[in-house]
Amino acid sequence: MSNQGAIPNKDQGPGLIKRIWRFLRHPAATISAGALLLIGVVVGVAFWGSFNWSMEMTNTEEFCIGCHEMEANVYAEYTETAHYNNASGVRATCPDCHVPKEWVHKVVRKVQATRELYHKALGSIDSPAKFEEKRLELATNVWTAMKKTDSRECRNCHEFDSMDFVLQEGRASAAHSDAFKEGKTCIDCHQGIAHSLPANALEAYKEKVSAVYD
Amino acid sequence: MKTGVPWKAITIMAVLNLTGFAALNAHAEGVKSLRGVQVDEPVFVEPIARPQNTRVNREFRQQPPLVPHKTEAYQVDLKVNQCLTCHDWANAGEKKAPTLSMTHYADREGRQLDQVAGTRWFCTQCHVPQVEAEPLVENEFTPSSKR
Ligand code: HEC
Ligand code: HEC
Ligand code: HEC
Ligand code: HEC
Ligand code: HEC
Ligand code: HEC
Repeated sequence: MSNQGAIPNKDQGPGLIKRIWRFLRHPAATISAGALLLIGVVVGVAFWGSFNWSMEMTNTEEFCIGCHEMEANVYAEYTETAHYNNASGVRATCPDCHVPKEWVHKVVRKVQATRELYHKALGSIDSPAKFEEKRLELATNVWTAMKKTDSRECRNCHEFDSMDFVLQEGRASAAHSDAFKEGKTCIDCHQGIAHSLPANALEAYKEKVSAVYD
Repeated sequence: MKTGVPWKAITIMAVLNLTGFAALNAHAEGVKSLRGVQVDEPVFVEPIARPQNTRVNREFRQQPPLVPHKTEAYQVDLKVNQCLTCHDWANAGEKKAPTLSMTHYADREGRQLDQVAGTRWFCTQCHVPQVEAEPLVENEFTPSSKR
């Protein structure tokens, strides 16, 4: 009783700094496990979200043709093809054909694509002449990738199973029913559907793609 | 006579301006739009004729056969000739397409080559697809083939 006035703050517990320190060392003592989990989820979602957001941002045509290397040649040619303008009004954009839809494959492709940044810095294809010189090599890379995945990106939109062969032009239905039986893939017969082909493209496809992976 | 004001130049300019203006005006009235109608009116275009997909008889013996399929998506330029992916002698069997005849492999001296002769590279100079459409001009050609 006589001590009351001497130690007035005894019942108020530890000071602010001490409390923060204690919270940091033993958080669960002050916050329930549930709340902790919630914070974890929120932070996780934020990271995941921004990761996926950047994946989406880099999955647009505007992003791709932000580099003149992509815009001046391949994009210009593509705007003349059926995948840009057609009767049904369904457009296939660059990522539709070049970036996988499934998450794991997509991340792999994005990591591979960092090579493009490196070559952008090097200026590997920054003039029409340089691009023309390297084009066959780049095309072969794309063909090889498509051949290995059984033209996975084409099949996101086109599928033999959903084709009405009767409605197709005679040459198409004949080739497709054969292809279906022989296990051929779209890119085997449909090179150059979105861009112009470089010289010796047809020979290179036979030598470097069909001969190796068939 | 020397005055500070260049009357001569001003007169010439005024005359030029006036005639120019008049000419422009006359032109504006006389302008005929190639479109045929005012810009805010829709233009009705002829329906696009579909290409014919059946083989056609030749009308004279030397005629380059008409193409019985679409051709617009095939690249034919100095770098690549996509017609050859089906019609070249080394591919035609597999692609079930008619093989190019010997004439396509003969150079100007008549030597037979293994590749298509340069004179035959641009296929659509001689071979064209057909569409079901009204002829734009009257055609008086009489075929030498008898039907
Ligand atoms: C930073 C500029 C830049 C951007 C943005 C860019 N590219 Fe490229 N891309 C390049 C360069 C440079 C190369 C050439 C790489 C080389 O020389 O090997 C290239 C090569 C390619 C190739 C050939 C691939 C190969 O394996 O060789 C494809 C396909 C491609 N780009 C598609 C795309 C698509 C689709 C996008 C959008 C998602 C895109 N690019 C965005 C600069 C870019
Ligand atoms: C309909 C599918 C499709 C679309 C849409 C498409 N590409 Fe391609 N792209 C291909 C194929 C197939 C190749 C392999 C070469 C070939 O056959 O023309 C290729 C090749 C490339 C190459 C390698 C160089 C070359 O010409 O071979 C680059 C770079 C490229 N594409 C970028 C793009 C960009 C940028 C866009 C968007 C403007 C785009 N592509 C849209 C299918 C597509
Ligand atoms: C985003 C969906 C999409 C993707 C991916 C796609 N396509 Fe297409 N494709 C279309 C559409 C839409 C058309 C036009 C149909 C029409 O004419 O109405 C088309 C037309 C075509 C045609 C006929 C057009 C022509 O040039 O005469 C071919 C051949 C074709 N696609 C092959 C492919 C191949 C091979 C791939 C993979 C490299 C591919 N497509 C990827 C949607 C797609
Ligand atoms: C064995 C060769 C071959 C294979 C493999 C093949 N196609 Fe074709 N395709 C053709 C031929 C030949 C045509 C008709 C001529 C042309 O368009 O060049 C055609 C036409 C088409 C057309 C246009 C049809 C029409 O009548 O308008 C589409 C779309 C198409 N193919 C998509 C695909 C897709 C997608 C794949 C893979 C699932 C594929 N093709 C695999 C040979 C093939
Ligand atoms: C996808 C394979 C393919 C491609 C590419 C192709 N053709 Fe054909 N072509 C055929 C087939 C198959 C026939 C036979 C059609 C039939 O019998 O109905 C044919 C028939 C023809 C014929 C008729 C021959 C005759 O004796 O009646 C001509 C001419 C022709 N093609 C020219 C061309 C030209 C020119 C090109 C390039 C612009 C071309 N073809 C590209 C497959 C192809
Ligand atoms: C200078 C004109 C000319 C050019 C260019 C030309 N052809 Fe021909 N083609 C002919 C004539 C004429 C015939 C019929 C007589 C003959 O076979 O020589 C013919 C016949 C054909 C036939 C039928 C052959 C047969 O035996 O039934 C096909 C298929 C054909 N041409 C495809 C092509 C293709 C593909 C190209 C391009 C690589 C091409 N032609 C370039 C004139 C031409």
